[in-house]
Amino acid sequence: MSLNNWQPVIGLEVHVQLATKTKLFSSSPIAFGAEPNTQASEIDLGLPGVLPVLNKEAISHALKFGCAINAEISEKVIFARKNYFYPDLPKGYQISQLDDPIVGKGSVEIKLGEKSKIIGVTRAHLEEDAGKSIHDLYSNNSAIDLNRAGTCLLEIVSEPDLSSAEEAVEYLKKIHSIVTFLGISDGDMSQGSMRCDANVSLKRPNDQELGTRTELKNINSFKFVEKAIIFEIDRQIKELENGEKIIQETRLYDSKKNLTRSMRSKEEANDYRYFPEPDLIPIKISKDQINDVRRNLPELPEIMKERFMNSYELSDDNAELVTINKETASFFEEVLSYKVSPKNAVNWITGDLFALLNKNDTNISESKVNPKHIAEIIQNIEDQKISGPSAKKLLEIVWSEGGKIQELIQKEGLEQISNDDEIEKILDEVISENQKQFEQLKSGKDRLQGFFVGQVMKKTSGSASPQVVNKLLKDKLSK
Amino acid sequence: MSELINLSLTDQILGLGDKAFSSKEITGAYLNEIKKKESLNCFISVFEEESEEKALIADENIAKNKARPLEGIPIAHKDIFCIKDKKTTCGSKMLSNFISPYSSEVFSKLDTAGAITLGKTNMDEFAMGSSNETSFYGNVLNPINEKLSPGGSSGGSAAAVRANLCSFATATDTGGSIRQPASFCGVTGIKPTYGRVSRWGMIAFASSLDQAGIIAKNAKDAAIALKYMSGFDQKDSTSLNEEVKDLQKEVDADQEHVIGIPKGLIENIKNDQVRDSFKNAISILEKDGAKIEEINLPHIEYSLPAYYVIAPAECSANLARYDGIRFGHRSESVSSLEDLYVNSRTEGFGKEVKNRIFIGTFCLSAGYYDAFYNKALKIRNLIKSDFDEAFKKVSSIAMPTCSNSSFELGSISDPVEMYEQDIYTIPANLAGLPALSIPSGTADEMPIGLQLIGNYLEEGRILNLANKFQKLTDFHEFK
Repeated sequence: MSLNNWQPVIGLEVHVQLATKTKLFSSSPIAFGAEPNTQASEIDLGLPGVLPVLNKEAISHALKFGCAINAEISEKVIFARKNYFYPDLPKGYQISQLDDPIVGKGSVEIKLGEKSKIIGVTRAHLEEDAGKSIHDLYSNNSAIDLNRAGTCLLEIVSEPDLSSAEEAVEYLKKIHSIVTFLGISDGDMSQGSMRCDANVSLKRPNDQELGTRTELKNINSFKFVEKAIIFEIDRQIKELENGEKIIQETRLYDSKKNLTRSMRSKEEANDYRYFPEPDLIPIKISKDQINDVRRNLPELPEIMKERFMNSYELSDDNAELVTINKETASFFEEVLSYKVSPKNAVNWITGDLFALLNKNDTNISESKVNPKHIAEIIQNIEDQKISGPSAKKLLEIVWSEGGKIQELIQKEGLEQISNDDEIEKILDEVISENQKQFEQLKSGKDRLQGFFVGQVMKKTSGSASPQVVNKLLKDKLSK
Repeated sequence: MSELINLSLTDQILGLGDKAFSSKEITGAYLNEIKKKESLNCFISVFEEESEEKALIADENIAKNKARPLEGIPIAHKDIFCIKDKKTTCGSKMLSNFISPYSSEVFSKLDTAGAITLGKTNMDEFAMGSSNETSFYGNVLNPINEKLSPGGSSGGSAAAVRANLCSFATATDTGGSIRQPASFCGVTGIKPTYGRVSRWGMIAFASSLDQAGIIAKNAKDAAIALKYMSGFDQKDSTSLNEEVKDLQKEVDADQEHVIGIPKGLIENIKNDQVRDSFKNAISILEKDGAKIEEINLPHIEYSLPAYYVIAPAECSANLARYDGIRFGHRSESVSSLEDLYVNSRTEGFGKEVKNRIFIGTFCLSAGYYDAFYNKALKIRNLIKSDFDEAFKKVSSIAMPTCSNSSFELGSISDPVEMYEQDIYTIPANLAGLPALSIPSGTADEMPIGLQLIGNYLEEGRILNLANKFQKLTDFHEFK
């Protein structure tokens, strides 16, 4: 079995929940985590006699996405009913789009190490989300929460241009970064704001025709997209090399067992019986409207990244790191507004701050350390007023207790001792307490140098300048 | 007090205003009559106490000179219009337990205008039927001859007006459901332009065809009632944002009329009495000064097949929400999700509704969509253009309402024969044009109707012509 004989062909369907104030066809608010069925009006419940009214904000969000990927924009937006029965689909049909999706052909560029690749976007259309079925709340019954029913989704369909799980993840990250930079979605995959299905097939490298594909459902994190696709490619290679045929079917990814399993075959697939939604009239999109959106488009990640590389002399990697999302980028720029070195800012944000955020399982917009804190910490390091270890300590204190940097430095006695005499006195103390080790160091056991620096740091609670300690120790050894 | 219920709406408004009688008296008189004629089965619900209370409030308003336009006028609503906290059944077992948590715009507008809702009228199940025999609540009897059908689907409303059980009644018309029963019961019924009256809260049968209207004693009454029911509603995206004309004024205005008669129409009327009565009606109008023109409507012969694809297709989706999950009938013999759907719908829907769901589902299925649904849409467009062309030279178009007078209950069992009841009424629904039916003679001692179709938003014109006819004839008088 070898991947060399096979070329994976992958396309993604990404469902992005749009950050609109109200639902796609009703004025119910959108709020994650509200009490079940409290965010659902008679429209969301699909009561007899209700009618949908299109949310204009959703149109404008979709247009932003279309402009951001340089896509064709449909002049006329038509909605269609997609018919199927499901308990959490209140009307027995979903209002979606079939012909004339609001966003037509476009493309995005993904980075793969040094290389980059253009991935085509076939279309992106607006549709309403379904509710949620909950099967573990009652022993003999299922529960339905319709809070999510009717929220706005943008379904972004890629061309089958992706050739590996790695590319798929990069593409998904790219879409994530575009929608979050545009501010049209919070992109939170853990809360289902972004969900992904993958179409996977294999072909021989020289084949023109595509192989039979399977559709993988329920892959709702970057990690699972990668794992599910890798598993599926593997499974298909095994099947094909055993002389089996791939069955066109929908497969569900089980993240606990890391495998995909058959959900329904093509024969069992729904006939959705699409037809134009008679309760909505076609919406016209004017050239002016498109131009207006284009003019007011916020700075997108790659343009921002380039600007950071040019204006702040950041490396490609560092620029990439701080433009990972909109919040990090604006945090970074706010730190810079205090005139600190961009390189230090990148290091502190993506190093210690990110570590703290991870430890506390939160994101930068919830950070208890603000850009001013980071900037002042960096300034103190740059002015050699505090040591690196003290700065780390300071960061943790600010996170857990808050406060002003200068006052904390005083209060915690973190001010760096760079006075030679004072440090020499402490170094002498350490040497006299550790005569044996000092002799060994003198006789060439170099690794003991760290031990002496460490002891000095310990006695000064980390406030001695390590450079000064090293210099003094060297002087003493050469005497 | 029985003479009060015989009065026209115009005279009732005058009498209430002059304090010649009170709303309490007139409401009481209607409630008595409803009890007396319970066997006609016109009503599914009667709100006796509430009507009496509202009549007292109306009388107070009149006494304080704060009367609203329809203050204290007792009316009835077809049981297809949702009224908050009231049972709204749509003539179906499926909704026999449905208490609406919100009100339709039709109800709200007439309620705000001061009308008193006596009750909700019987109808064919989900407005599908032409005889009122598909109602879960049993058929309505024609007040003129109780062996005969009142027509449908708004049979309860037409019979209630004819039997003097309300001043006027609301109704709906998808393919003739106002005009055909109006014709059978010898009353005046108007279906306005599609979008003139909000569909919010009106239970959908076929969304692109459904339109609410009025059944009244005469054209003048219908004009007044329709005026207070019409208008733009932002809750209905298909509602027309056009000024509401003063129909009350227009119905009596001095207008010139050019009446178009489709080429070949008269020769093709099979029933001699219907043909003679139609010719007689036209000659009465011609003598009065109206010009008669022959027009071409080459595609209307395809109306019936086109309608019986489009309406069932839309109905198959509109009725998907009745799944036993959130409201409506839920089967008790259920052991799986599929059982819940199948058994609830099997038990909750009647035969004709199921017929149409099957037809509609079939027409939208993969492989049949183009052959049926798409073709029907094309025919619909051709029919629209035919009318547009015709209205360049005429101000209204005349046809019989129905090819026959009322038939015996239970006499038509072939669905297609029943569908042919709508042969003259369907074209106006497909084109979205306003159309009315007024009594114009008899066939087999039962009333038959003259249908007048107007151009878009020209309800006033056809009402004016109808009013002219009613000034010259007494077919509309209850004898």
